Amino acid sequence: MKLLRDIIDKQKPHFSKGGKFEKLESTFDAFETFLFVPDKVTQSGAHIRDAIDMKRTMIIVVLALVPALLFGIWNVGLQHYISNGMTPDFWPMIGFGLLKVLPVIVVSYVVGLGIEFAFAQSRGHEVNEGFLVSGMLIPLVMPPDVPLWMVAVATAFAVIIGKEVFGGTGMNILNPALTARAFLFFAYPSEMSGDKVWIAEKADAYSGATPLGHLLVLDADKMPTDWSMFLGTIPGSIGETSTLAILLGAIILVATGIGSLRIMLSVIGGGLAMGLLFNLWGANVYMDIPAYQHLILGGFAFGTVFMATDPVSASQTNRGKLIYGFLIGFIAVLIRVFNPAYPEGMMLSILLMNVFAPLIDHYVLQSNIKKRLKRAKAVLA
Amino acid sequence: MSTVTKIKKGLDIKMIGEAEKTIKDHVTDQFAIKPIDFIGVFPKMLVREGDLVKAGTPLFLDKYRDNIIFTSSVSGKVKEVKRGPKRILLEIKIEADGKEEAIDFKAENPEKLSREAVVKKLIDSGVWPFIRQRPYSVIANPSEKPKAIFISTFDTAPLAPDNDLIVHGHGETFQAGIDALRKLTEGKIHLNVDAKSTPSKVFTNTKGVEINAFSGPHPAGNIGVQINKISPINKGEVVWYLYPQDVLTIGRLFLTGTFDATRVIALTGSEVLRPAYYKTKIGASIEPLVKGNVTTVEKRYISGNVLTGAHIDLDSYIGFYHSQVTVIPEGNYHELFGWALPGFDKFSMSRSYPSFLFKNKKYRLDTNYHGGERAFVMTGEFEKVFPFDIYPLQLIKAIMVEDIDLMENLGIYEVDEEDFALCEVIDTSKTDIQQIVRKGLDLMRKEMS
Repeated sequence: MKLLRDIIDKQKPHFSKGGKFEKLESTFDAFETFLFVPDKVTQSGAHIRDAIDMKRTMIIVVLALVPALLFGIWNVGLQHYISNGMTPDFWPMIGFGLLKVLPVIVVSYVVGLGIEFAFAQSRGHEVNEGFLVSGMLIPLVMPPDVPLWMVAVATAFAVIIGKEVFGGTGMNILNPALTARAFLFFAYPSEMSGDKVWIAEKADAYSGATPLGHLLVLDADKMPTDWSMFLGTIPGSIGETSTLAILLGAIILVATGIGSLRIMLSVIGGGLAMGLLFNLWGANVYMDIPAYQHLILGGFAFGTVFMATDPVSASQTNRGKLIYGFLIGFIAVLIRVFNPAYPEGMMLSILLMNVFAPLIDHYVLQSNIKKRLKRAKAVLA
Repeated sequence: MSTVTKIKKGLDIKMIGEAEKTIKDHVTDQFAIKPIDFIGVFPKMLVREGDLVKAGTPLFLDKYRDNIIFTSSVSGKVKEVKRGPKRILLEIKIEADGKEEAIDFKAENPEKLSREAVVKKLIDSGVWPFIRQRPYSVIANPSEKPKAIFISTFDTAPLAPDNDLIVHGHGETFQAGIDALRKLTEGKIHLNVDAKSTPSKVFTNTKGVEINAFSGPHPAGNIGVQINKISPINKGEVVWYLYPQDVLTIGRLFLTGTFDATRVIALTGSEVLRPAYYKTKIGASIEPLVKGNVTTVEKRYISGNVLTGAHIDLDSYIGFYHSQVTVIPEGNYHELFGWALPGFDKFSMSRSYPSFLFKNKKYRLDTNYHGGERAFVMTGEFEKVFPFDIYPLQLIKAIMVEDIDLMENLGIYEVDEEDFALCEVIDTSKTDIQQIVRKGLDLMRKEMS
């Protein structure tokens, strides 16, 4: 440890201003702070500081994603073998899943972090940790059979257009990971929908439609059971199928206080409310599915726990979060049922509310301002 | 104590090094008044090096408000006028001669005096600067009439001194101080006590005040929180505030006729070997206090508490408004994978470290930032420790972009930098929030004058 520190201290002057590699200062700093928490001490204000920092926060979110990731790897293998009529053991399934999923993760991180480092360098900033999470979210919302070049293009699009043009981490309006997903959805619709992409190297004769795909054609009989949708042994995006694994992640996020329980609950509330409304209406099969099923269908759970709670693109006021979350759930179910050509209502709904989040906050703030003005006027009168 | 205001949001930071409840004498002949302790004051010197002064002799005045003067707390000789970069006045050092001579401002019963006479006595003796105002936390303007005067009798900051112990047996003096203050406002004097303990009889038996009880974690003891809960400040309104030891000083001025700068301070912190209370005078040197009484690691000396105190050197002095000295370890070390390890001994408000399971653990906290500065990413954190009906993050951002109207609309008049101290401590992005809030307050004061 001492040795490592000595090496870093010896190399540091080369990467500082005036050194040989001063252009790589941010990169050096990123690696140094990855290894060591900096020795910077407080100068003004509070002399003591909380042990939490951005790295800790982000690593916990990544940790919360691990159950969904592990399940996803296994499920990719499972679906592949089922579609080919085989019933293999546990390890071959994991092996196949790793073969499919790992490259997607590597591509997402390499492309995304590369761009992040380049931007940090050109701006003379420290490298932000935000992409540690985005880089894991992107693979988890991809279909297992997605071509790697598409992952690369989508990631680049998300990081540059979704984030860096607004000023980087903390300034973006849209959730970067969902921006990547939406980009693929609209740029390569044939690769991103239908029933071909959800199972890796599927046998042609086997129907690979997701539950939402079945509902699209109002074919409710082919729907899997609630139990398998909750467990996640169904075709779908890599990390999104298992509500159970996502629930484990949610427990980690809520227990550590990093994910907003307020948002999660209000999204669920919104989804249930819309689902119940449709139940009352009941004009077709889709409207008749029980409200709770919307929570385990498609990307609803994943979006609720990992996407809607992104603090940067969500509403920032506590009251705003309730409205923001409720509308996400409400609109997600609305899009699903009314416009089944866009089966992934959750993605569109979150992106839509990302755009409206600042507006919601604006009105929340206005009500606080009005209250203050009213109090001041009461004193004058 | 009819009503108890419950403060729900906040955080008690439990630290090692609470002062033992005995009051010892702190003997030193080195004192200093530090003009930098007074926000917004531009000092104009009235004495030179070598001049002889008594307790109550004017040392300097505020260039822009020349009716506010600052006097010596002891009798002796002006040893040095220490200046810093750009000739900024740092310290006026006084070597005490031990004679304890003081200028006689005449002992009088404040109840028989007019407002003008009370104000004049407070100003002439140099006691006036104890009375400060909100908004802006600057010394009060003698010609203004505040809508109320607030006194917080308890401090909820980490390792804060226990005022009940300090005022014990000084009931008469305290009442005299209150009587003088009652001349200054047509509004109420709010004496705010801690609801969870039995407050000293000195406070509960005081006449001519309204007693309000507060319960809850820090910042329940902050004057800003108490004002906000009882009678929030609107645009154009002014509230004055002071602390129990200041009231005692005012009381002694009227009882004895002299500026008696006696102050009990608490020496606290994990690096102090025998933390205790010390009786001394305002501006005392801390060196004899800590010599042989601290550990050998590299230390940070703080005049005040760890949240809002001033960073001072070993050869420096206790601040004018402070009744606490805290000594904690410096944090200038690199920690391998500090952010990734479980961290059972790490202090964090968030539950991202397992230490949250041990609610009553006391920490030895150092001055390390524990991370690099980042843009604001997390939301909803500040709201957990900020018991105002104000949106903290939005107000901070309004200050950063210097949007005067928005700052005003979001309630900047109701807050002070100390109210944001906990936000600063728990901030994931490691922003120096108190500095930002101070900038905002200074900007508003400039705009409004």
